[in-house]
Amino acid sequence: MMALSVDIAKVLIVLIGVLTLAAILTWMERKQSAVMQDRIGANRASILGFRAFGLFQVLADGIKMFVKEDFSPQTEHRFLHTLAPFLSGFFALIGFAAIPFGNSIELFGRVINLQVIDLNVGILYIFAAMSLGIYGVVLAGWSSNNNYAFLGGMRGSSQMFSYEIAIGASILGVLMVFESMSLQTIVRGQGDLIWGVIPKWGVIVQPLGCLLFLVAGIAETKRVPFDLPEGESEIIGYFVEYSSMKFGVFMLTDFIETVLVAALVTTLFFGGWQVPFLLADGFHFPGGLHLELGGLTVSLLQVLAYGIKVFFFCWFLLLVRWTLPRFRYDQLMRLGWKMMFPLSILNLIATSLVVLWIR
Amino acid sequence: MKYRELTFKERLYIFEVFKGLRLTSMHFFSNMKRHILRQLGFRGIEKGAVTFQYPEERRPLSPRYRSRHRLTMRADGSPRCVACMMCETVCPARCIYIVAGEHPDPNIEKYPLRFDIDLGVCVFCGFCVEACPEDAIRMDTGIIEIAAYSRKEMIYHIEDLLQ
Repeated sequence: MMALSVDIAKVLIVLIGVLTLAAILTWMERKQSAVMQDRIGANRASILGFRAFGLFQVLADGIKMFVKEDFSPQTEHRFLHTLAPFLSGFFALIGFAAIPFGNSIELFGRVINLQVIDLNVGILYIFAAMSLGIYGVVLAGWSSNNNYAFLGGMRGSSQMFSYEIAIGASILGVLMVFESMSLQTIVRGQGDLIWGVIPKWGVIVQPLGCLLFLVAGIAETKRVPFDLPEGESEIIGYFVEYSSMKFGVFMLTDFIETVLVAALVTTLFFGGWQVPFLLADGFHFPGGLHLELGGLTVSLLQVLAYGIKVFFFCWFLLLVRWTLPRFRYDQLMRLGWKMMFPLSILNLIATSLVVLWIR
Repeated sequence: MKYRELTFKERLYIFEVFKGLRLTSMHFFSNMKRHILRQLGFRGIEKGAVTFQYPEERRPLSPRYRSRHRLTMRADGSPRCVACMMCETVCPARCIYIVAGEHPDPNIEKYPLRFDIDLGVCVFCGFCVEACPEDAIRMDTGIIEIAAYSRKEMIYHIEDLLQ
């Protein structure tokens, strides 16, 4: 009973945390792009005169999405049409189950692993969920009975298919270095130090893999430099026939995927919840300096560090989205198949040689 | 036009990407710093955005700006216009309509019985102001919000223009 309630609590924490962060990202996207372009951004939505820097815009958007007319096109695939946004959102959300957001802590006399499920094939599970997310896009495009939506769906499937391979090959190096597929084990492995000074984060041991993963990850979120499935200026994309909250779910899925990619980059390449030099009993700086900290403080610091890292990468992904222009479709495919894929294979071979040599 | 060949480094794209990211993030951080300092109440910090928050904050208009027309008045409050039809003639949009009447003062020949400007048609070229020999029409009211629910309401009569 106790174990079940702990599990439910963890699920709720992760779910609410991710959805809140995704909602905040909609606000952040507006404000950040505004600040980058010397503007102010949406700041008019107010409650009793309080504007809170436009944060209520998120609320206003949500209310608008829910009360808008839900218009569906004339199509014989009404069921699939309704199912598509839910598939998109669902598969984006369940990926978070395998991502650890903290070390195991001891609370009320029991050890709680700060991770919804510690799968020993965690990374495969996340990629499976991400791949299944394509179904949302494809079904949306296919069931809309609209040529442009269909084009968007086709583009989406081929793009995600291409980058799925690059993303998978780019993390193989990390899996080899840390010798595990469980994300918690990978994060624990990143707590070591190289020569006693440099934290053994994924980005240090796998710089090329990190870059490839980041690029392929941005492609997976289907946002601007890779927003061909959406193609706002030409085909509107797979969700052109959606309105009200069905469209809202697609929109939210974009942000959830942004959070997912940020969380994955943090977990695989930037030490997850690890704080440099922070061990279970406090800070151990190189040079013998030691700062004693309690177990719970350490755990809280680690969860906080994880949150900050994820937030930073969300910020970074938005920065990329508001800086770079879009690719052309042939450029996108060339980048995916002729550059990213061979480079990730090269990275894989080089890593395996080094791993063999070190042994 | 001949384009410069891209160098190998530029064609690699990745360095250019980071150059772009550096530029935009510099904008982000410098603007963010200004926003935060101003929010904290520091005075004399440059604004972090070029935005004018319109209904409350207005852009300063240039003194030459051509805004809605007005008809100038004599000391006694009657229009200076002598209904010479110069503006009506010069108007490229043909939005001015004048009906002249005889003025009781023998020194002034005519005065406008009607002076209508259809602002829905007006192109705000300012030719009427240039053409007027009496300095009777000007475009210096500073009114730039001209909107109405119907085309008829866009026609301004002499009473509206004299104010």
